[in-house]
Amino acid sequence: MKTFTYERATDPGAAIAAIARGGPGAKFISGGTNLLDLMKLEIERPTHLVDISRLPFRDLEDLPDGGLRIGAQAANSDIAADMRIRSRYRVLAEALLAGASGQLRNMASAGGNLLQRTRCPYFYDPLYGCNKRTPGTGCSAVGGINRNHAILGASDACIATHPSDMAVAMVALEARIELLGSSGATRVVPIGDFHRLPGDTPDIETVLHPDEMITGVVLSAPPPGRQIYRKVRDRASYEFALVSVAAIVAAEQGRITSAKIAFGGVAHKPWRSLEAEAALVGHPAKMATYRAAADLAMKGAAGRGHNDFKIDLAKRTLCRTLAQAAQEG
Amino acid sequence: MTPDVLQNSAVPPNAALSPPTVRVRLRINGTERTVELDTRTTLLDALRERLQLTGTKKGCDHGQCGACTVLINGRRINSCLTLAVMHEGDEIVTIEGVGAPGALHPLQAAFIEHDGFQCGYCSPGQICSAIGMLREAEAGWPSHATADVAAPRIALTEAEIRERMSGNICRCAAYPNIVAAIRDVAKGARG
Repeated sequence: MKTFTYERATDPGAAIAAIARGGPGAKFISGGTNLLDLMKLEIERPTHLVDISRLPFRDLEDLPDGGLRIGAQAANSDIAADMRIRSRYRVLAEALLAGASGQLRNMASAGGNLLQRTRCPYFYDPLYGCNKRTPGTGCSAVGGINRNHAILGASDACIATHPSDMAVAMVALEARIELLGSSGATRVVPIGDFHRLPGDTPDIETVLHPDEMITGVVLSAPPPGRQIYRKVRDRASYEFALVSVAAIVAAEQGRITSAKIAFGGVAHKPWRSLEAEAALVGHPAKMATYRAAADLAMKGAAGRGHNDFKIDLAKRTLCRTLAQAAQEG
Repeated sequence: MTPDVLQNSAVPPNAALSPPTVRVRLRINGTERTVELDTRTTLLDALRERLQLTGTKKGCDHGQCGACTVLINGRRINSCLTLAVMHEGDEIVTIEGVGAPGALHPLQAAFIEHDGFQCGYCSPGQICSAIGMLREAEAGWPSHATADVAAPRIALTEAEIRERMSGNICRCAAYPNIVAAIRDVAKGARG
């Protein structure tokens, strides 16, 4: 680990000012469960850490429109245990509980979960070229072992996936991310626009400005329908997804009336599928409908040799999840 | 011999050469300890290397095995993936603070009764994790194994215990006995 100075922030403005003062080597730390992992391997090398874990952004707050704001410092386990999340935003509770381990969920913050970095083994190994870790050094996963890599939205510069479960559920819920900047103003970014595709610059993963801090995640009033998170992985627990699906489906008299669909494990960001949603709404709640939607969702999907199975797996997982969701709709 | 160059170094500190340090007040098992630490020191290394509390183990140092599990303000966490300096003001409980010779914690007694270990290396982490886990279950927290996450009460079945303890690995594969030990205590806690 490279050496660094440390301070504990006492208020948001001071925290942001500290980052500006510290220059490009200054970073926020909260739970630290991803950042410290990367610092031990010297993939991340901050020179100054600003601890924002004690800032007053830990609560879940009811909003007048029937929605909810999740403070960026709220622990994953507290969010998942909150009865409002469990009963009204069930897909989010299920997604959070499907991720990591009990110990990690107790430390990991909502903001940190959004900002966590890929677990691509080539990103992690300095002996291999990686455009994300060191721009210009190539993508070792292309032509390498790419079993858990992206099938959608990738480029030859990077085929890494975003590892978060929470973010997939938040994308299906159309969450909005609140960002506090050095001017003191807060801007709001729809979560679908928050994470970037790799393009030619896979080292730039979000639209967060260097002087910005995530302060909260806002959910609208719960959408209609049944909410399900389904995660497919090699082990039964404590492992990242090969493919996951967050689905929110409402059906009336055998017809689908609304649908929100997002995939995890398939791209550099949670993959919202408007095409699948359009192919579902107004159609009969039957397997033929789900299959058509799944084909559309995976249109353009491309395997890289070891992850070709993900295309069919994503389709089948979506079909199974939709059938389950519409059943009790 | 403590491998701590800051404490025992004969070379006078040179700001240009020395890593940044902080003075940290840690409250561990009810006792306050103050140490000057390299900011990079994880809580795990602070416990083991500076405070001689070697009950907590380093298995992977990357939050993947759970051997380093301690309790912070009653919650189980991986001490390898947090910095000591981040925990000033927190109540830290390590395995040394769980039970005592002749007055074992119910989990410790259950681990012995059910033969819940072979080499014992994962055991401090298993026990601290189980203490935290039982508290979470008591508070009604659902898990990935829970059929209805909105249900107000959780039944701590074997499947629930396995899922909730999935962050603690045992290479000796004492899992069946670990689960039996925890199940025993969970039932007892219900009265």
